Amino acid sequence: MSVTTWTAADVAKKVINKDELFILDVRNQDAFADWKIEGENIEYLNVPYFELLDGVEPIIDKIPTDKDVLVVCAKEGSSEMIAEMLSDEGMDVYQLQGGMKTWSEHLEPVKISDLKGGGAIYQFVRLGKGCLSYMVISGKEAAVIDATRMTDVFKDFAEKMGVSIQHVFDTHLHADHISGGKNLADETGATYWLPPKDAVEVTFSYEPLEDGNQITIGETAIQIHALYSPGHTIGSTSFIVDDTYLFTGDILFIDSIGRPDLAGKAEDWVADLRESLYSRYRELSEELTVLPAHFMITSELNEDGSVAERLGTLFARNHGLNIKDEDEFRSLVTENLPPQPNAYDEIRKTNMGKIVPNEEAQREMEIGPNRCAVR
Amino acid sequence: MTMKADMVIDAKGLACPMPIVRTKKAMNQLEAGQILEVHATDKGSKSDLTAWAKSGGHELLDDTEQDGVFIFWIKKAE
Repeated sequence: MSVTTWTAADVAKKVINKDELFILDVRNQDAFADWKIEGENIEYLNVPYFELLDGVEPIIDKIPTDKDVLVVCAKEGSSEMIAEMLSDEGMDVYQLQGGMKTWSEHLEPVKISDLKGGGAIYQFVRLGKGCLSYMVISGKEAAVIDATRMTDVFKDFAEKMGVSIQHVFDTHLHADHISGGKNLADETGATYWLPPKDAVEVTFSYEPLEDGNQITIGETAIQIHALYSPGHTIGSTSFIVDDTYLFTGDILFIDSIGRPDLAGKAEDWVADLRESLYSRYRELSEELTVLPAHFMITSELNEDGSVAERLGTLFARNHGLNIKDEDEFRSLVTENLPPQPNAYDEIRKTNMGKIVPNEEAQREMEIGPNRCAVR
Repeated sequence: MTMKADMVIDAKGLACPMPIVRTKKAMNQLEAGQILEVHATDKGSKSDLTAWAKSGGHELLDDTEQDGVFIFWIKKAE
């Protein structure tokens, strides 16, 4: 029987459509336990490829014949081998092109909405890592928010839409993934904005993004208002776009809130985090649509694959916004935190321009989930 | 550092799964208690060789990295 190769985009469609899928993940058990392709209707079997070198007979009975079977490994070499072995046993299977390495880098563009005065907002969902980037388009201009390091995706999308990227923003200095913001701005001639309180150690020039800044995109004047909202980092800044959308960065997510400890300052920043979530955001309209910089689990995805929710709904349902007692809040965000993201200190240094790892090293640094939140 | 090996295999430049495929073949030719030295450049080889050795009952005696080359010494299961 046969082996068919699926691209990361093919698998992304399955995840968003919540299709049934059986994944045979042949990476070693530690890698699988740390990080895998997540989806609501995915069933898994993890058997390392090196335990199947003498044949796949031991697992044949565990592989269903009534649903699609996808073989996955780190970089494709082993999944190809195991998929061929299963095919030789008479099975039809799929294997993931480029493995988890490619899955980690795949961005799925999803349209959030048209804007009132023309233009639109697009969200770029990085399913493999839970990162969300955005492009706001109006007229012939675009702004990109929290770009990942795969800058070609944004340049290609802008070209397809016939717009030029004028502004690139980072809501904060990221610790879980490598920002493409500075490179994207350099490559397109756009202005790169970063909160100055997060940028004290950066080695490159940038435009300081401060509370009250207003930036206009396109002829139809889509306004972007900056709102200082520290807590995940000391500089973390939110945006209100077109009086309708609240870009929360890593301060507020759909089912969780930002963690204050990734720069080693949890105790110092916890009060800022509370102030941002419980006072500054409370002053905003509950009708704003929250667009965060991350999601943690695929159940946070809407039907169309987007990640967005009304602020008022989050005030009602997000546990992190409903802790009355300040000490209880403090202990939630400073104790029993999930493990810190892989290589987060090196990632921060890269985002400051202090170190410049090669592409392969950057990929390795970004392996694994983002872990920016506490629930 | 060095360690006396009974056999040395060169898996440099090979991508997963080849370093382990070669290692396994070489190990089949050794007697229990003998030591295999493996040279590899694939970054994933360290965690995979460690897990593979453990699952087969072999002992990873030591490992090191020199100029981007990972070197492993594995003692065959008794």
